[in-house]
Amino acid sequence: MAAPAIRIDHLSVRLGGREVIRDLSLTVDSGEIVGLIGASGSGKTVLLRTMLGLVPMSGGSVDILGARLRDATQDDVRLMGCRVGMLFQHGALFSSLSVRENVEFPMREYLEGSDRMFREIALAKLQMVGIAPADADKLPSELSGGMTKRVALARALALDPELVFLDEPTSGLDPIASRDFDALIKTLHGTLGLTVFMITHDLHTLRAICGRVAALYEGTIVADGSYESVSRSQHLWLRDYFRGERAVEAEGWR
Amino acid sequence: MPDVQPQVESSASDGAAILTLRGDWIARHSSALERLAAWRPQAASSLRVDVSRIDSLDTYGAWSIESIRRAASQSGAPAEIVGVRDRHASILRSLGRIDLAPAPPARATVVDPLARTGDALLAALDYLLALASLLGRLVISFMQVLAHPSRLRWISVVHHIDRVGLRAVPIIALMTFLIGCIIAQQGFFHFRRFGASDYVVDLVTILVLREIGVLLVTIMIAGRSGSAYTAEVGSMKMREEIDALRTMGLDPVDILILPRVLAITIAAPMLTLLGMMAAMVGAGFVAATYGDMSAAIYMERLREAATSNDFQVGMIKAPVMALIIGTVAALEGLRVQGSAESLGLGATSSVVKSIFLVIVLDGVFAIIFAWVGM
Ligand SMILES: Nc1ncnc2c1ncn2[C@@H]1O[C@H](COP(=O)(O)OP(=O)(O)O)[C@@H](O)[C@H]1O
Ligand SMILES: [Mg+2]
Repeated sequence: MAAPAIRIDHLSVRLGGREVIRDLSLTVDSGEIVGLIGASGSGKTVLLRTMLGLVPMSGGSVDILGARLRDATQDDVRLMGCRVGMLFQHGALFSSLSVRENVEFPMREYLEGSDRMFREIALAKLQMVGIAPADADKLPSELSGGMTKRVALARALALDPELVFLDEPTSGLDPIASRDFDALIKTLHGTLGLTVFMITHDLHTLRAICGRVAALYEGTIVADGSYESVSRSQHLWLRDYFRGERAVEAEGWR
Repeated sequence: MPDVQPQVESSASDGAAILTLRGDWIARHSSALERLAAWRPQAASSLRVDVSRIDSLDTYGAWSIESIRRAASQSGAPAEIVGVRDRHASILRSLGRIDLAPAPPARATVVDPLARTGDALLAALDYLLALASLLGRLVISFMQVLAHPSRLRWISVVHHIDRVGLRAVPIIALMTFLIGCIIAQQGFFHFRRFGASDYVVDLVTILVLREIGVLLVTIMIAGRSGSAYTAEVGSMKMREEIDALRTMGLDPVDILILPRVLAITIAAPMLTLLGMMAAMVGAGFVAATYGDMSAAIYMERLREAATSNDFQVGMIKAPVMALIIGTVAALEGLRVQGSAESLGLGATSSVVKSIFLVIVLDGVFAIIFAWVGM
């Protein structure tokens, strides 16, 4: 358990001739729940995609679960596939598979077992994220935005991974479902020693479950620490961010 | 990472069976977990599942334990899970609440094939109705454009004529040239035996002007542009772009479909004319090189054989067929559902249906032209 779950060292990423991530270093220990915040367009999604190997890096290095991303072999990539789960911002469900088949898909790829086992575990995962068995045979195009998120989460968790990346998981969920989701992450975290790296703007999630909050501003980390310490940061954007949200909370909007 | 195969050990104490579980009950051991999940108590007594010796536990292990518990409960042995560690409690509890609906039974009855046939028939009727209604909608849209020509999206029409027409010129010219060559070669090869080489020109002319020219060109257009139209409209449908247009109070037929259908209807006759000429040139080339017929004589015979009647037959058919191709392509695009697969199906069925309809239409035209004596 010595190796950190994620170690990013002086990472930079260029996209479309612009440096989207600049000299970014961050270490996440295994078992942590880290929330990443940052303005729209600050590079959060790009950072996540880089950690998954979907975007090439132009400098620095990334280690995921002890494996160097740059010299990962085909086998490493496959192994990583079952140890890392990802919830994409817009779900990225396979449009021609039903909800249940979407969740079963990684199981069938990586594990041995019968149809019955996969079916039941998929249904269990779906119910954990709040999808009733009656909806399990729907196609992704027949789901609401919030349901799509939940199904995508169930798929990200299909293999009980050690590390999950979540890109704005609670956006589009109603507040009750968001709290359920927080509780679910906490449960899985408690039972599996799951490491969670999530992008979120849900202050409740940040405060309730993220042991650590990192703030990204123009491609680099400007604050990193507990919720309390980051919310007191003197950085201009962070001050605005937390002040605005606090005002909303004070008015009883949430 | 701890990695001990999951195991069970059963014992009995004062009438109750005790099942002690050990090892790592995690996804990596899914096949072992599946085997263990099938464990059943021997006699119907009460069962205690002791999970205190389990090291790591995830959803897969919890599912396995829960399967044992439920099966025992169903067979009349009250089962309980004991010795739950704190860190395992919540996952076991959440699995305990899960409703594992039984797999739906596979239905296969005698009525099924009948029902499917009926459904297919209704779907075909439904399709024809949808086609007619889109065609009608296009006519209305076209009339509106005739009344207010400024409403037509000219740039779009020209852009599509460029794509469907101009860019298809090389491939259409090459293909029809080759077909002209082939027909002429076959003609010379067989007619020569009867000393009727002269009539090869008549054969080529009538075939190309009346049938081959227009059929080849429209089939090529269906494969090349019809499928592209379907893919474009279909992916716009998928990404809710069409709905976005509707909510802006704009009709997707006016904006997306009319310019495309108009473009294909204008381009098809031009391509047909080109195809006819290329085929004649091909035939002339074979006549000169293989048929021992000089270019001058070929031209002479061509002038006698080609009637404006035959030419008109071909040219009248072209726009009508193109109209059908464009409409079918747009309709297939509009019928695309949310999935990537349905987009592929739409593109395929657009090509298949429009080629089928082109050939049916060709038959209908043959009857009509025979009737009016063309
Ligand atoms: N494939 C791409 N090519 C060029 N620029 C990109 C690409 N993907 C993202 N970007 C740019 O990178 C920046 C960060 O984007 P992103 O990570 O999606 O923001 P967010 O923090 O809102 O998730 C944006 O300015 C975006 O325009
Ligand atoms: Mg983003």
